[in-house]
Amino acid sequence: MKKFLYIFFINLFLFSKSFALIEIDITRGNLDPLPIAISPLHVDIKSENYDGIKIKVLGEDISKIIEDNFRSTGLFNPLKKEAFVQKPDIAHLKPRFEDWRLIKAQALVTGKLLVKDGKLKVEFRLWDLAAAKEMTALAFTTTPSNWRRVAHIISDKIYERLTGEEGYFDTRIIYVAESGAKNQRVKKLAIMDQDGANTKYLTLGNELVLTPRFNPTNQMVTYMSYFRNMPRVYLLDIETGTQEVVGNFPGMTFAPRFSPDGKKIVMSFAKDGNSDIYTMELDSRVVEKITEHSSIDTSPSFSPDGKFITFNSDRSGLQQIYVMRSDGSGVKRVTFGKGIYGTPVWSPRGDLIAFTKMHKGKFYIGVMRTDGTGERLLTENYYQEAPSWSPNGRVLVFYRETKSGTKGEGFSAKLWSIDITGYNERRLKTETDASDPSWSSLLSK
Amino acid sequence: MIRSLIYSITFHSLLVILTIVSLPFMLREPIDLPPIVSVELIQITDKTSIPYAPKVRKIIEETKKKEERLVSEQAPPAAKAKEKPDRIPLPNEKKEEKQIVKKKQNPDEIKPEIRQSSQFEKKEIIDTNQIAALIDKAKEVEAVKQKKNDKVTQSSQKNSFATGLTLSQEDALRAQIFGCWSVPLGLPYDEDLLVRIKLKLKKDGTIMKSEILDHQRMNRPGQKFYKVLAESALRAVRLCQPLKVPPTGYDKWKELQLNFNPTEMLKG
Repeated sequence: MKKFLYIFFINLFLFSKSFALIEIDITRGNLDPLPIAISPLHVDIKSENYDGIKIKVLGEDISKIIEDNFRSTGLFNPLKKEAFVQKPDIAHLKPRFEDWRLIKAQALVTGKLLVKDGKLKVEFRLWDLAAAKEMTALAFTTTPSNWRRVAHIISDKIYERLTGEEGYFDTRIIYVAESGAKNQRVKKLAIMDQDGANTKYLTLGNELVLTPRFNPTNQMVTYMSYFRNMPRVYLLDIETGTQEVVGNFPGMTFAPRFSPDGKKIVMSFAKDGNSDIYTMELDSRVVEKITEHSSIDTSPSFSPDGKFITFNSDRSGLQQIYVMRSDGSGVKRVTFGKGIYGTPVWSPRGDLIAFTKMHKGKFYIGVMRTDGTGERLLTENYYQEAPSWSPNGRVLVFYRETKSGTKGEGFSAKLWSIDITGYNERRLKTETDASDPSWSSLLSK
Repeated sequence: MIRSLIYSITFHSLLVILTIVSLPFMLREPIDLPPIVSVELIQITDKTSIPYAPKVRKIIEETKKKEERLVSEQAPPAAKAKEKPDRIPLPNEKKEEKQIVKKKQNPDEIKPEIRQSSQFEKKEIIDTNQIAALIDKAKEVEAVKQKKNDKVTQSSQKNSFATGLTLSQEDALRAQIFGCWSVPLGLPYDEDLLVRIKLKLKKDGTIMKSEILDHQRMNRPGQKFYKVLAESALRAVRLCQPLKVPPTGYDKWKELQLNFNPTEMLKG
């Protein structure tokens, strides 16, 4: 009995001791972008030349793309290569962690590539320098002309490993390329890689084009153009270049968007000054009327699960944003702020809606929860609109026009991107003026 | 029967007493410490504890000068004319005293020698200055200071009871880790993300062992953000080595738990 009591006493004290463990709350840290070293990829000496590609510098070119991608996120700080201490081939085998820590890097990317028999083989490793261990390693084989995409895919993998979020580098952006004087703009449909490379023009510019949108597989684009002087929704197959008018509507159709499964198009159809939202199934061409109201209902966008649609309407007097079930029931107004709200777009994550707001002559791009709460205005400018989400729901791309003189001088339209935190606003490189961007989903999915 | 009853009663009462005495959370709960704002505190301690002595010296010298002046003032008949320029700097001197007092409020860690010297010096000021107004001021200041001092000692007691480290020791450590921790900026701000790391330390502050308390969560599907946060916290601790631990009391801090919570930062 006594023994038992003793043991009990001792246990009690041990127990109390474990409670007395010192706890320190760390609620703050350093918000600087994570310093990362991206070593040039080592080019295997057995590599053969491939037409048009400089094999010797390919390793450096790929690491440059990765570096640019990372810098553009605002979350990472790629370190200068001059400070690097180890040669790429040795670093790829086993980096000397102390040396890399010395230049204040916290993560390191190494890799090597081989071009042989008309194939490009790339492998890379991501190292945690503080823990002195490998975090991830992958290899890809593809045709050498695809080297830019390989660089983007590697960027995506590293980004995902370091942030916990899917990347968005192996993507494209479709937009309206603009040229000419302000009152005689030539507008062409253009497509480019997310970093501004590989621009291609999809239309000739004879007809005005507006609001291009990708379908989920990135094969098709729907947009608005003119058919017999009437604005109509078009469908374009990017690979084949074939275009067609969507549906047989006796009036103008505009503001199209694909459903998340790509089987439907949702759009506005206007007749006699009243516009309502319709969907059309692409296979069966069955048209369904979704809203029934004497006001202007437009800019519909599906939620990623396909169960809801957000749109804007002036049924309450001023244009505001509404959410309804995808069959048109349960219409609910979600914005009640001052000003005019438009172009709602549901985030691919499903948690937010991005929008354009106009108030007192200023334009804002903002995000809010899907019930309209938690509105955050990310950027304010003279004129900007049409936000489009990156596939991971982290970044918005939109376009911004500058104020022009009476004759249109000084006018420009450019694409910009911003993080949903409101930080890291930057201009996207385009060959010409640009508007109405739409971000594709990941190509390699 | 009675025997077992006695056993039972003594046993239960012992249990109750032990619970009250030995389980710190019983005492900790009602104390309800406000979250401690840290960085400012440390900086002041760091500064005050170093340049304190020279300042005290200055003040002592000044008071000595005052003494001299006062003595000399008594002698010459032309005192009235001189009094004015002398009286003007007096408010300044008062201010200086106030400053000293202010600095005394925060550090609970001032070494005893310094504290002694400051009290000594304060007495000297009061002794030497026979001007009524100044004495009044000094009394006020003293009163305020005493109140504040009381507060500080109280809270530091609470704190050291709760953690085993003094406020400034804890702050020094916290500030060090703040600097090493690169918060993963891509994390969603509305998710419940808290990473708890248990450390075993050597006497010099280097890490013997680091362990994430719910490390199973790291490899669960859908917990990528948690994994990223946990890795960043581990990185911070490793980069910070050796930790700025107090020179004494190794037993108290040889095991530490760090709770990394980025919510506040990501929201802001």
